Order: sequence, then structure tokens, then C-alpha cells
Amino acid sequence: MTDAVVVAEQVCTRIDGRVINRDIDLSVRRGEILALIGGSGAGKTTLLRTLIGLRRPNAGRVRIFGRDLYRADAATQRVIRQRWGVLFQGGALFSALSVFENVALPLRETRLLDDASITDVVMLKLAQVGLDPKDAPKLPAQLSGGMVKRAALARSLVLDPELLFLDEPTSGLDPLSAAAFQSLLTSLRQDLRLTVVMVTHDLDTLTVLSDRVAALAEQRLVAIGPLSEIREIDHPFLREYFSSERGRQPSP
Amino acid sequence: MSAQSGPPTFEIQDDAQGRRIAVLGGDWSLRSLRRRHRGLALDLSRAAQEPDREWDLREIDRLDAAGAVLLFRSWGRALPGRIHLREQHAALFDRLGEAPRLEPAARYAFGDGIAALGARSFDFVMHLASVVTLLGRLSLDFVSLLPRPGRAPWREISAGIYRAGVTALPITALVGFLIGIVVSYLSAQQLRAFGANIFIVNLLGISVLRELGPLLAAILVAGRSGSSMTAQIGVMRLTQELDALSAMGISYSQRLVMPRVVSLSLALPLLVLWTDALALWGGILAAEHALGIGPQLFLLKLPDAVPVANLWLGVGKGAVFGFLIALTACHFGLKIEPDTKSLGQYTTRSVVASITLVILADAVFAILTSHAGLT
Repeated sequence: MTDAVVVAEQVCTRIDGRVINRDIDLSVRRGEILALIGGSGAGKTTLLRTLIGLRRPNAGRVRIFGRDLYRADAATQRVIRQRWGVLFQGGALFSALSVFENVALPLRETRLLDDASITDVVMLKLAQVGLDPKDAPKLPAQLSGGMVKRAALARSLVLDPELLFLDEPTSGLDPLSAAAFQSLLTSLRQDLRLTVVMVTHDLDTLTVLSDRVAALAEQRLVAIGPLSEIREIDHPFLREYFSSERGRQPSP
Repeated sequence: MSAQSGPPTFEIQDDAQGRRIAVLGGDWSLRSLRRRHRGLALDLSRAAQEPDREWDLREIDRLDAAGAVLLFRSWGRALPGRIHLREQHAALFDRLGEAPRLEPAARYAFGDGIAALGARSFDFVMHLASVVTLLGRLSLDFVSLLPRPGRAPWREISAGIYRAGVTALPITALVGFLIGIVVSYLSAQQLRAFGANIFIVNLLGISVLRELGPLLAAILVAGRSGSSMTAQIGVMRLTQELDALSAMGISYSQRLVMPRVVSLSLALPLLVLWTDALALWGGILAAEHALGIGPQLFLLKLPDAVPVANLWLGVGKGAVFGFLIALTACHFGLKIEPDTKSLGQYTTRSVVASITLVILADAVFAILTSHAGLT
């Protein structure tokens, strides 16, 4: 268990009395990419929010790097939060700040680097995610969807996290951009030795990126394992999921 | 991995041939550098000053962007000639070398102030022009709805009257009541000195009905409903709802602007009446206390002392103020750019502009109606 980066133990979450997650047990090993799949309303996003500390579960624990996320003191929580990066579905870029300032913000918050070093780190990260330096002074509203995702990825990577959470990393991208994003993630993973937890709908992303897949249905975790195993499991949701998407171009 | 590697190390060693080599090892990531960042930066740049220094980075377990930047800067933004490093680290430095510099932001130059003044003037003219455009579009919508009154957004208008009017009743009541007391007390002091106690009725009646009621209600509504209208329309811009409406072929002036303008033009006069009533009540209570003029006497004298034209004037002003506030709020709301900064900026500007406009309009009213109702 020592090399499990993210562990969920018996996590239950209710929103307005409605059960969203029921008894979720999950563990993510160091260096792997785990994909969370499930239909709309299966509780993927809620589970992700629980894992990144935005929503305290009604029961159960979440351990990140071996520390209990919801019972750690504030300083520990801050350290944990600096060791992970989160890419939100819509990018969640600060709309009043330029791309450069968006990426620089987590660095500035650490108060460790001077302005010149911050500039170098930010430009490096922008280059790493394939953004043109000309885009650095732009505001998020002036960016295309793919560029927003890239800028948000640069921001989530700027502290060189060990752990990355991705919420629908390729949703809203055209197939070409999605493919480019996938190869970007693959190369980043090799460079930075990342552990990744991602929520995705896109079967293509799933096939290319994930080492293991966790399937959620009816509030529960119904299966977890490599994609090839998950495909063979006889569960109504999984059967439908793979048969509906297999054979045709995954919808963006 | 990172958990096992030690803190960043840096030392000068002698190799077998007696050459001095800078040997780096350990974890050179932002978190490990944390406290030692400044000291290491100094050591590194001192070591880098020696020409033809040899570097050995192979012992580094973990090197992140911050660590690479620290090294790269102390080398003067170029890899040293003689260096041993791991392959994946070499790639990082290559990228750093390629990453272009950011151009510094433009400094303040002579004449920028004048240019800014010019830009503001143009800005003002553009705002004026777009308000006129909005007004024109609104009139066209209105005309197009005349033959088919059933298609007017009655439901939105009704909801608007509730939001801007009914929910504003408590705050306007409180403010009106308190201002009535204040004005009445202050006047009572002066009137008593002249022995003109009964003129409190004239003073209070005219000032409340003609000026205070409409202005108080309008300013409160501008702060309350005006800002919320601007913010609401602005968020619709952020979330692309305005684009969705346009794409559906629905005129947003008809859908968003008209109901707000109509409902506020109807709700504000009613709020003026309400504020008038509460302000008079507060004034009457204070008058009884300070001057001994009871409510009965006050109300009996009121119709003689204050011509009813003042009431109509106040209510009419309320309708005009409501129209102006809603129009300004919608105008600024539609001007909001899709970012949070402009949302805040324009909401502020909307409130400031609508209050200024209300007071401006009040002054115009005062000049135009100087003969009415003041016997």
C-alpha cells in the first residue's frame, strides 16, 4: 500500500439526501493513469471533487500520499495541494488574468521565486504544453477551446506536481486537438513521472492513455482493472457503454 | 521517488586529474529548494564565474522546472561547455534554451495621459451612441408588439415588478421613515425659532413628495436592482446565453431589456408612493414630538399646504427615473466583456452612471417644473 498515491476507503457522498457515491474503494498506484468512467449522473464528478478535497464525504476517508486529506491540519493540506495539479473541465482559468498570470499564480503563491525565475518557469511550461509565447499576454476569453485546455494544463503543471487530476481532458476538443492533447499527456507523463486520475467519456482517450479503468454505475464502483478486462465484464452499463461507442468515432 | 531522494546538494570536488568539478545531487525541485533557494543561487553563480568550470549533474534524482531555471540562470542562460547530465535533464535545459523571452510591458510614456483622455472621450461618445441605439431598438420592439400585445413578455414584466418593487419595500420603508424623521426634526428647530410651527406641513409635504421620495427610492433601486440587472446580463454574456438567444433568433432587446425597462418604469412610481407615505409618517411622528403638531392636524392641513401637483410630479419623476435606471443598467450589462474583471467594472459604472443620471434628470425636472405646484 505504500506506493498508493490516492486511496479512497468506503467513501459515501450524499447531496440533498440523494446518494451520489456509495462505498467507493479505490486506490491509485504511483505512476499509473487511472481513468474514471460512467454514465451521466453516475457520480464521477462528485467522486473527483471528493478526491481533490472540494467536497467532504459523508462517510469514509480519502488518503493522498498516505495522508488523510480531510483530517489533516491546514499546513499538511496546503502541502498536499501543492503536490497535485487539477485540470478542470472548462479550464477554470481566471478570466481577469492573462494566460501568463494564470500560469504564474501558483508559483507566486509559494513566494519562493523572484519575478525573473517565475517568467522562465512559466515560459518553459507554456512551451511544454505547446502554447506560443505570443499567447502569453492574451486573456482566456481570447483563446480557442484547445488553447484554454493547454493553458489550464500548464497552470496545473507549473508546480511540477506528482499527481494530476484531469476532468474530461479532451471534451470539447476536435479529434485532432484531442489526439494532440493525448500525445502531450503521454510525453509529459514520461518526462515528469506523473500519476494521473482522469474522468473521461472519450473511449479513444481511454484506450490511448489509461493503464487501469474504474467504472462507476448506480453510485457504486462496479469494476476496476485494465481496459481489456473491463471490456469483458458482463454488466449492463459496461456492455452498453462499450457497444455504443465501439466502432464509431468517439464523440468529442 | 521524490520521497526517497535527499535535499539538493552542491559541492566542489577534485577529480582524479586534480581538476575542480562542481557536483550536484539530490532533489532539485521547488519543494526541496524552498529554504535553500537563495543560498544555492549565490553559491552556484559564484561557481559559474570561474571560466571553464566542469559540472556534474548526474547525481540529481529529481529536477523540476524551478530547479532547472535556477541552474540555467546562474549559468547565464546557456549550458556550460563541460557538463555531464542525464538525458531527460538535458531535454529540460534544451527547452529552456529555446523558450523565447517575454517582451517587457510598455512603460508609461509622455503624452499617454492625453491619449487616455482622448480615449475616454471617445468611449463616452460610443456609450452615448449605443444607448441611443438601444433606445431605438426598444422603440422598434415596442411598435412591433403594438398590434400583437399578447406576444409581449408579460410574465417577465410581472416578475420584474416583483423583484425590483415588492422586494424593495422593506428597505425603502426604513430609509424613507428615517429620512422623514431627520428632515422633520431639523426643520422643527428652525421653524420654532420663527414661531412658524405649522409650516412644518408645507416644508415636509413639498420636500418629501416632490424631491426626497422620488430621489430616495430611485437611488436605492439603482443600487439594488440596477446593479443586479447589469450583473445578470453580464453573466449571460459570460455563459454565452446572449449568443444562444441571438442564435435562436430571439431579440435580446425584446427578451431582456424591454421587460426590465417596463417593469422598473412601473415599479418605481409605486415605490415612490410607498416611500412618500413612510417618510411623511416619520415626519409626522417627529413633528408631534418636537412641535406638538398632532397627526390629525398635520393630515388636515396637508391638502391645503401642498398642491396635489407635487404628488403627480413626484410619481412622474419616479417613472422617468425607473426608465433611466433600467436602460443604463441594461446598456452596461450588454457592454460587459466575457471576463470577471469587466463584470465588476461595468456593474460599478452602471450604478454610478444611473445615480448620476437620476440626479441630472432631477435637476432638469426642477427647472422645467419650477412653476408647477409651488404656490
